[in-house]
Amino acid sequence: MKITLNNRVESFDKEQMTVAQIMDAKSFRFRMLVVRLNDNIVKKDKYGETMVKDGDDLKIIHLVSGG
Amino acid sequence: MSTFNQIKTILSNKRVGIAGAGGLGSNCAAFLVRSGIGKLIIADFDQVSEFNLNRQFYFKHQIGMDKVEALRDNLLMINPDVVLQMHKTKVNKENIPLLFQVCDVIVEAFDHASEKQMFIESVLSRFPDKPLVAASGMAGYGNFSDIGWMESGNFFVCGDFSRAISDEVPPLAPRVNIIAAMQADKVIELLMQSNEKV
Repeated sequence: MKITLNNRVESFDKEQMTVAQIMDAKSFRFRMLVVRLNDNIVKKDKYGETMVKDGDDLKIIHLVSGG
Repeated sequence: MSTFNQIKTILSNKRVGIAGAGGLGSNCAAFLVRSGIGKLIIADFDQVSEFNLNRQFYFKHQIGMDKVEALRDNLLMINPDVVLQMHKTKVNKENIPLLFQVCDVIVEAFDHASEKQMFIESVLSRFPDKPLVAASGMAGYGNFSDIGWMESGNFFVCGDFSRAISDEVPPLAPRVNIIAAMQADKVIELLMQSNEKV
């Protein structure tokens, strides 16, 4: 499948993957993230069950402390 | 573009919510009041400390005051006519709808990443159509070109997305203010755009 991940086109061998699998494959190791799939929020407890498929727009945004 | 009077007239009818009155929230609020915003709803539970003065919009004699009270005083010195709803409370999942549902735009202005995540997830799931402006990464100094925006629908985040604060990489006034100003600028842009659509 081909998806847009953080505004860049990325290809994966599988036809669909969970958000958690994509995080693992792309080494997103930060603990605090905000995930948007096709502009909808994916909550932390749903990373393992939310499926991403061909053509999807996924954003995985790092949240770091400071303010 | 509009004249400043036209911008002020439009912004004077708008309500903006700000979650947190620290480095981001206090400065973002000041920028919005200077721009003519009509009403701000600001929530924070903390008191002004000496360590806040390196970046937050407070003054030495205000140390020990509740931030929401000190900020009210400071914002009213800029514009005595701005309507301020200040809440001394810790923002949590339960009180977010009550605090912020009447706002045209909401600003995430917390310090800790875990609070940012809680707030962003709650607002985006509770109010999917309300614009939310957040920030991530503003510690230290330099490397201005690392700062940018991530956007998804009506969710906007600015920052460098990588530098967390620590003893070695402290938050400093210039970079925190840059991010607070970017947030305020985005709020104004969103409010002006929403006005054109009506």
